[in-house]
Amino acid sequence: MPETLIFYLLSGLAIGASALVIGQRNPMYSVLMLIASFGALAGLYIQLDAPFVAVAQIIIYAGAIMVLFLFVVMLLNAPKEDGADWDRTHPLRLPAVTRVGSMLAVLLVVQLAWALMEATGVGGPVAGEGNAEAVSSVRQLGRTLFTDYVFAFEATSILILVAMVGAVMLARREEERP
Amino acid sequence: MRFVVSQMELRTLVQLGIIGLTFFMLINASAVLVLAERKIMGFMQQRFGPYLVGPHGMLQPLADIVKLLFKEELRPKGADKWLFTLAPILSVTAAFAAFSTVPWGAETTFFGLLDEPVKLGVADVNVGVLVVFAITSMGVYGIVLAGWSSNSKYSLFGGLRASAQMISYELSYATALAAVVLLAGSLSLREVVDAQSGTWLGVIPSWFVFLQPVGFVIYMIAGVAETNRAPFDFPEAEQELVAGYNTEYSSVRFALFPQAEYINMATMSAVATDLYLGGWHGPFLPPEYGWIWFLLKVGAILFTYIWVRWTLPRYRYDQLMRFGWKWLFPAAVINLIVTAALVLYFNA
Repeated sequence: MPETLIFYLLSGLAIGASALVIGQRNPMYSVLMLIASFGALAGLYIQLDAPFVAVAQIIIYAGAIMVLFLFVVMLLNAPKEDGADWDRTHPLRLPAVTRVGSMLAVLLVVQLAWALMEATGVGGPVAGEGNAEAVSSVRQLGRTLFTDYVFAFEATSILILVAMVGAVMLARREEERP
Repeated sequence: MRFVVSQMELRTLVQLGIIGLTFFMLINASAVLVLAERKIMGFMQQRFGPYLVGPHGMLQPLADIVKLLFKEELRPKGADKWLFTLAPILSVTAAFAAFSTVPWGAETTFFGLLDEPVKLGVADVNVGVLVVFAITSMGVYGIVLAGWSSNSKYSLFGGLRASAQMISYELSYATALAAVVLLAGSLSLREVVDAQSGTWLGVIPSWFVFLQPVGFVIYMIAGVAETNRAPFDFPEAEQELVAGYNTEYSSVRFALFPQAEYINMATMSAVATDLYLGGWHGPFLPPEYGWIWFLLKVGAILFTYIWVRWTLPRYRYDQLMRFGWKWLFPAAVINLIVTAALVLYFNA
């Protein structure tokens, strides 16, 4: 079963790379690992017969957003996080905060496991008549996005617009400061 | 014993041969382009260019390669070991991979050798246009990482400029592509080319460049910026940045960067030929020889690239950004909207 083998290979790569994103001390390597993870995800989309989604994933996430991440990391010249000068008094590293955080993490894992158990078969909430075709053909995908999911689509675009305006606002305020 | 090859095995062999040939042509494209660039530059500056190695200096690229191979490989002390090695490899891999979905000839049976015709080109993907764009956009990582990992100010500035420049011009580039996709009604490069077969009024070839003159100009300008060539060669602006992102590189590692740049140029020109100049469609030649038209058109675009490089001075960096965001991108968006409206009007 080469397909199953490729699936496990790609998922392993995606999970491993994602784990290394938070495991790395050097922010530069974290960004690169995230790109590798996106690449593996794109491979999984291709396996799901959704080449358009895979290519969009590469263009938007790996090709554009991560370049911006890399740009910011390079521009700020973020230093390596060394174990020695870990700031133990940082408010986010207080024991109580850490405990709440780990509880939330466990909760998230349980939720994910539950969701995976509940979802049966292919697709989950998107599953329905003719959806396999909807994902594989660009024409169908576009039609579905602009008919069935038009509200979510427009809401997302407004959200992105708001974020953009907010970013411009923040940048302008920085400029006016003496 | 007679060596019998079945039709299917023959087909596989031919496919592999096409892949190998594409690879071979791309490798040699960089050598030929280096020579062409120096010869054309020499011509434009009223001198001969390389003239010593081989007849008329034709073997100069070979001498260059041998020289680079025998140079010492240096790595600065403060450089990031892994990324410093990875960066040139990433660059050249992305450059080669981007060509994988570019078709360069009509279907052919190789003079009746095969029962069913094969397509000239490495792979035929139904989202080919986007694949080319996606892989080209990955090429920036090679340059950015080279700039960062060298641990040198000049390299870092080259890398920063490369990332800013390529992100800015990718937008116009993609928007210009989208207009062509609207006209052809398909994301497959082969179908885009086939949509341009035939002529209007019996004389004018029905190439998209006549329907998309603005889009073609935007594509070419953005293409120059994407391949980091003059007048947009800020990542390696030698008067300001020594050599930009590749300052600290030497030997083969250095050679891979210009090679990637020249292959990117070839890919850019091949995609422009497929999208705007009708690919392998042309008069006089039968379809089986369409690849000759393809090579001629690619050659013409490459010549324009070199011509532009040696006639225009470099912009200033803020001018580049202003031009990209305030002129090129709005023009591309207006072009896309007008095209969409016209396609809707005429198809309805």
